[in-house]
Amino acid sequence: MMRFARLPNPGRSRRIVFQFEGEPIEAQEGDTVATALLAASAGATRTTAVSGSARGAYCMMGVCFECLVEVDGIPNRQGCLVAVTEGMSVRRQAGPAVVLEDAP
Amino acid sequence: MSAVRDLVIVGAGPAGLAAAAEAHDHELDVLMLDEQPEPGGQIYRSVARVAERRPADVSFLGADYAHGATLVDAASGIDRRQGATVWQIGPAAKDGTREVIWSQDGRAQRVSAHAVLIATGAMERPVPIPGWTLPGVTTVGAIQVSLKQAAIYPTGRLVIAGSGPLPLLLAEQLRAARIPVAAILDTTPPGRLTAAMAHLPLAAVGAPDTLRKGLTLLRARDRSGIPVWQNVSGLRAEAGPDGSVTAVRFRTSSGADERVECDVLALHEGVVPNPQLTRLVGAEHRWHEAQRCFHPVTDPWGETTAAGVFVAGDGGGILGARAAEGSGRLAALAVAHRLERLNESALEFWATRWQMRRLGERALRRLLDALYPAPDWIAAPDDDAIVCRCEEVTAAQLRSVAGHAAGPNQAKAYLRCGMGPCQGRLCGLTVTEMIARVQGKTPAQTGYYRIRAPIKPVTVDELASLSEETAA
Repeated sequence: MMRFARLPNPGRSRRIVFQFEGEPIEAQEGDTVATALLAASAGATRTTAVSGSARGAYCMMGVCFECLVEVDGIPNRQGCLVAVTEGMSVRRQAGPAVVLEDAP
Repeated sequence: MSAVRDLVIVGAGPAGLAAAAEAHDHELDVLMLDEQPEPGGQIYRSVARVAERRPADVSFLGADYAHGATLVDAASGIDRRQGATVWQIGPAAKDGTREVIWSQDGRAQRVSAHAVLIATGAMERPVPIPGWTLPGVTTVGAIQVSLKQAAIYPTGRLVIAGSGPLPLLLAEQLRAARIPVAAILDTTPPGRLTAAMAHLPLAAVGAPDTLRKGLTLLRARDRSGIPVWQNVSGLRAEAGPDGSVTAVRFRTSSGADERVECDVLALHEGVVPNPQLTRLVGAEHRWHEAQRCFHPVTDPWGETTAAGVFVAGDGGGILGARAAEGSGRLAALAVAHRLERLNESALEFWATRWQMRRLGERALRRLLDALYPAPDWIAAPDDDAIVCRCEEVTAAQLRSVAGHAAGPNQAKAYLRCGMGPCQGRLCGLTVTEMIARVQGKTPAQTGYYRIRAPIKPVTVDELASLSEETAA
């Protein structure tokens, strides 16, 4: 099971709290969604559109698209490129996109 | 409507930052766009903040990392936008300018520029082994940038599998930070030292400091007490009951099958240019045999065959961070000259130092290319290995069409490989090489995916919001 921790560091990095799947997660200033989720050992962050298999962050530099998550209701965000902000709501991206019903 | 910019630089790594500083010195009107939240690229990831807020961490990340802060500082005078993802560079207009379009904070903006510098650097070469899509399988670069940016590290059993200078550097940084490594599986094939010796004299003259650093890293790894397996091949990542990686299987130098348990497996088989933007503008690319990847064709200043579009840094061919600074400076000088801010003799004067540096680094790179060639199995994945991670296309599926597909683009039409969100970044080279192998052609004859805008996913809202550039 992949687990990550943060180096003990007095530093001067501000704490940030955001929501992952509705649960509060503590992050640090300078975190992206992807590093914050790794630090929290949140495990897989999406399931694929084709087979539904679980994926976790792979490249951490914006090229692999494995850390795709839903941020504040917008899907397909690259977690490794989005800076975490206070109160942000992040969800796992599950399987293929679903077309919304037409508005009446 | 905003004025036409002199130069738009895409990417705030060593090449982009050095180009920005040089362009600023010659009073060019520069806009720098970088998709990361902070400047530095991958090698100097988050360096300015780390130096200020976590100075203790700079000691284990090393002096070469700390150097990045001076680059960020030198480029501080220009208009730089972070979190700005460029997804289109348009064709040249009648006056030679090009339109650059990017998204930032959910809004799309565009600007025209006399010149565009692509400084989007390198990415790690795809390593299509069975199980590389399992959670817990990642890359050496990913572990390293996470350590830089957020001081995070894997607490379980970390196995590093691969070849090249980066695994050596990471092993040393982890040692200095007292983070344990369970094992190193070195995939460098045997006999490379002999092959590389011919390049040693020029490398020793051209880049003595980097060479010395490399030897120190090698010695440090061998003294670290970490179990090191040499000449490893046949890597397979194995899933545990929870669906994430639990072990890696491999073949040893003597041909025996081995298995090492791990919680995180970090792969690395060298770096290759991130090809999206140079492909998007239709620049000509050439296959580089020693680096086993395509390079955009450029003139000595970095201008591609797409007029007015320059490339600097590892995106133009792998030469490393020090050379990237040089090529960034040279591209900026060429643009300043073209826009008549610099006469011919001043151009030559300012360019000499950076040309010399690049020559030295090129000599070192020939040595590294010979020492750490991409292994041949990169082009011959096991049948059950996933080649295209996004669309989950296996090597067996690709082989079944490789004989009759006209090229990578037709394979894409048959199988959807390269059609997922990563747009072929993580399968393009594998698909080219596998088709070439089946058809008995060269990668150059086989070609590459056609890359089109938008090169990053864009929402309809963003498209609708497209406006002229507004102030940051």
